[in-house]
Amino acid sequence: MTAALSISLHVNGERIDAQVLPRLNLADFLREQLKLTGTHVGCEHGVCGACTVRVNGEIVRACLMLAAQTHGASVETIEGLADSGEIADLQAAFRDRNALQCGFCTPGMLIAAQDLLKQETEPDRERIREHLSGNYCRCTGYQAIIDAVETTARARAGRTP
Amino acid sequence: MTSTPANPPTLSVLDRPNSYIGKVVPRPNLDRLMQGRGLYVSDMELPRMAHVVFLRSPHAHAKIVGMNAGAAKRMPGVIAIVTGEELASVITPWVGVLSHLKGLKSAPQHAIAIDRVCWQGEAVAAVVAVSRAVAEDAAEIVTVEYRELEAVTDMRTALDPQTPVIHPSLGDNLAFERNLDAGAVDAAFAGSDEIVEADFVFGRHTGVTLEPRAVVADWNAAEARLTIYQGTQAPHMVQNIAALHLGLEESQVRVVCKDVGGSFGIKVHIYADEMATYALSKLLRRPIKFVADRVESFNTDIHARDHRCRGRIGVKRDGTIMGFEIDDLTGIGPYSMYPRTSAIEANQVVNLVGGPYVTKNYRARARVVFQNKNVMCQYRAVGHPIACSVTEGLVDLAASRIGMDPVEIRRRNLIADDAYPCASPSGLRFELLSHHATLNKLMAMMDYDALRAKQAVLRKKNIHRGIGIASFIEVTNPSAAFYGVGGARISSQDGVAVRLDAQGAVICQTSITEQGQGSESLTAQIVGSVLGVSMARVRVISGDTDHTPYGGGTWASRGAGIGGEAALQAAKSLRKNILDVAAAILQSSPAELDIANNAVVNASDGTPRIELRELARIVYFRPDTLPPGIQPELMATRHFVPREYPFAFTNGVQASWLEVDTDTGFVKLLRHWVVEDCGTLINPQLVDEQIRGGVVQGLGAALFEKCIYDDRGQLTNANMADYLVPMSGEMPDIDVGHVASPTAETELGAKGAGEAGTAGAAAAVANAVNDALRPFGATITEIPLTPQVILTALKRI
Repeated sequence: MTAALSISLHVNGERIDAQVLPRLNLADFLREQLKLTGTHVGCEHGVCGACTVRVNGEIVRACLMLAAQTHGASVETIEGLADSGEIADLQAAFRDRNALQCGFCTPGMLIAAQDLLKQETEPDRERIREHLSGNYCRCTGYQAIIDAVETTARARAGRTP
Repeated sequence: MTSTPANPPTLSVLDRPNSYIGKVVPRPNLDRLMQGRGLYVSDMELPRMAHVVFLRSPHAHAKIVGMNAGAAKRMPGVIAIVTGEELASVITPWVGVLSHLKGLKSAPQHAIAIDRVCWQGEAVAAVVAVSRAVAEDAAEIVTVEYRELEAVTDMRTALDPQTPVIHPSLGDNLAFERNLDAGAVDAAFAGSDEIVEADFVFGRHTGVTLEPRAVVADWNAAEARLTIYQGTQAPHMVQNIAALHLGLEESQVRVVCKDVGGSFGIKVHIYADEMATYALSKLLRRPIKFVADRVESFNTDIHARDHRCRGRIGVKRDGTIMGFEIDDLTGIGPYSMYPRTSAIEANQVVNLVGGPYVTKNYRARARVVFQNKNVMCQYRAVGHPIACSVTEGLVDLAASRIGMDPVEIRRRNLIADDAYPCASPSGLRFELLSHHATLNKLMAMMDYDALRAKQAVLRKKNIHRGIGIASFIEVTNPSAAFYGVGGARISSQDGVAVRLDAQGAVICQTSITEQGQGSESLTAQIVGSVLGVSMARVRVISGDTDHTPYGGGTWASRGAGIGGEAALQAAKSLRKNILDVAAAILQSSPAELDIANNAVVNASDGTPRIELRELARIVYFRPDTLPPGIQPELMATRHFVPREYPFAFTNGVQASWLEVDTDTGFVKLLRHWVVEDCGTLINPQLVDEQIRGGVVQGLGAALFEKCIYDDRGQLTNANMADYLVPMSGEMPDIDVGHVASPTAETELGAKGAGEAGTAGAAAAVANAVNDALRPFGATITEIPLTPQVILTALKRI
């Protein structure tokens, strides 16, 4: 086993200094070392999207990225996005539309949806379905999620002329 | 959904002012899950907790000749490496049979294999270490010597004399057989104008819960108590089984179930690796955590379906269905699962085929055989998709043969809406169904005639779209007839305790569990409505055998109908108790009082008399001020189990509109409709989302999902890149409508809805694909309908 590496990064705005093994992936680092368990692990091979987080503003699958690669980076997880209020309207739309059941996919789904909403002001349903097509949800059948994202997009477009 | 209260305003919860019943209200506590602050078992950590990784057999069938774990045991961080034989000192084996499934047999199964492995993925050793990563490293250097045995993989030859018998002590590979002969089948077929036969093939698939199975077992040697944290649908069942096989009293086992990342029947069973985890905690006297990885999930979570069913239908030229006959074969892996057994699905297929239709002529045989593949058992809509696809596939084939529209043949044969109560040929008793009302509503929702016209126009442009219809019935609210009568200690009754706290808020403890369906919401809606308390002041506690009444949990579409009725009755009882106290305080009579908006009010005009908060203050802190002889009881508990009907059947109908690309074989789902009847709708939004989620699971089975085994019993696609599940891009919007025929067995009137979507989705899609391909003369009776299957049927490959 190779020796641990020192990394410094920002996680949800907080400076973190940590020792990580080279093989440790970002999802396990967030969950096991930082106890940020809102980042979920579903497949550990980059298909299900449950571990979606933001690194330097881009969404990534935390199971496909090594913790060591985040040295100097800014990482945002669902806890951070929730606390900052950035996705409060999206969360409210999910709640009103019952766009989550077991909730295991929900952090990744919210982060992926917010990524789309930041890029495009009025995505249609097809576009929303396409953007979320890397996030697996076994419970809802997706329609409620698409509805909630569509509602949020329209509301945001209405607010910003 | 109308109900006339016998004595208003005393009680019909459905009609009380400010009732939450029938309303769309958001589920409580969603913020926790949306902020990443849920608590799933995979998130849990306890002091001194160690992690177990199971070393699993790479072979489908092999003798374990030897094992060398010496080097692994010496690795830093490794705590123990335990074999099946060593673990057997703390946990006994089990046999998954039930006495009401006559003739069902299985062999003893151990928590960890001893001497022999019977499927690829069966655990042969447990590696316990300070972290999962260290345990995985150690598992890699444990060497196991196997001698491969011939694997029994093809269910069609499992009963042949030349096929090895997996468990010699059982005599053969037949786990279970059921035969049924009702009415006059031979005469019915002799009197038919046309007889159509087909072989229906169903792929083996699995639940793919997004959170894999996970358990933390914590044996406290000082208390002699085991606490099991597990994402399970049935905590009391787990308590019973763990105690039984660890040699404990049930009072020594507590099962706690926090957030569960999807279940769908996958997490209603007892798995060998979970049993091993409980046993390891006892053996090693510390908390042990097991979280399956995705490959393990595919290899060990129960699989389902995998049926081959020959079906036959006789029909008159006027569309009258004369009779059905099926011969069903299914392979269930090497053991019948515990404790619900692996014979239930085939048994359900026999029960349900032909169920929506009038004909009484029905013959069935179902055989369940052992194989060296992963275990198979009950998954969402157990048996229903098989029965529905066979029945509805045959009905469509018959309609096509006699040149009748598929809707018309159904209209002529579905049981009339005024024919209830009645029974099916297999003896299922129907209290009240609504096949024609649901079909009529479906026709209107989808604008059937316009869709047919559109289809004809597009066909001329070489665009091949199809419409598929599937009527179905669904078993819900099961009584003890499901498991209890067969000797399983799986409760069919549920209990709810409701109490008014010292600030006038309400706490409910329920034995049903939450996996996202909305158990918590429906309980709070019912209790809030009956008590006249706002939902925000109702807190629901579930999933803890130390703190809830005893009960079955959430499975088989039973939570709302059974747990909901218990909640209603408990709340009624507490309401009476509150009014008794209020009457004493207010020098009034209970009949003159009601509760609304968190206060006791005059029944006559709604004038507030005393807030519940104030009433609770008096009861708990100033009981000295109450009149003599009054002993308030601000807590009430009620249990409920259906007794009149063994099952509350529901019904519905689905339709699929899709396009088949005849060059590539790809199917594009354009729209899907469901009209179903689950009786009283407690929360229409939650019901609709159960239907939609269920439909999409059925669509996965119809188009994508299949566990592909090779002929040596190797699962070749045990990952999410190769095993395809429905993603948002391929799924259609789904329109849901309702007809409401409440059950009279409960005051609530609710039947289940959790499995209706899955029951009929694949049948609707398969019928739609065949409808699209009709100009090509191709008929497909196999799912999943992959491009390969479609192109083969079109003779393009």
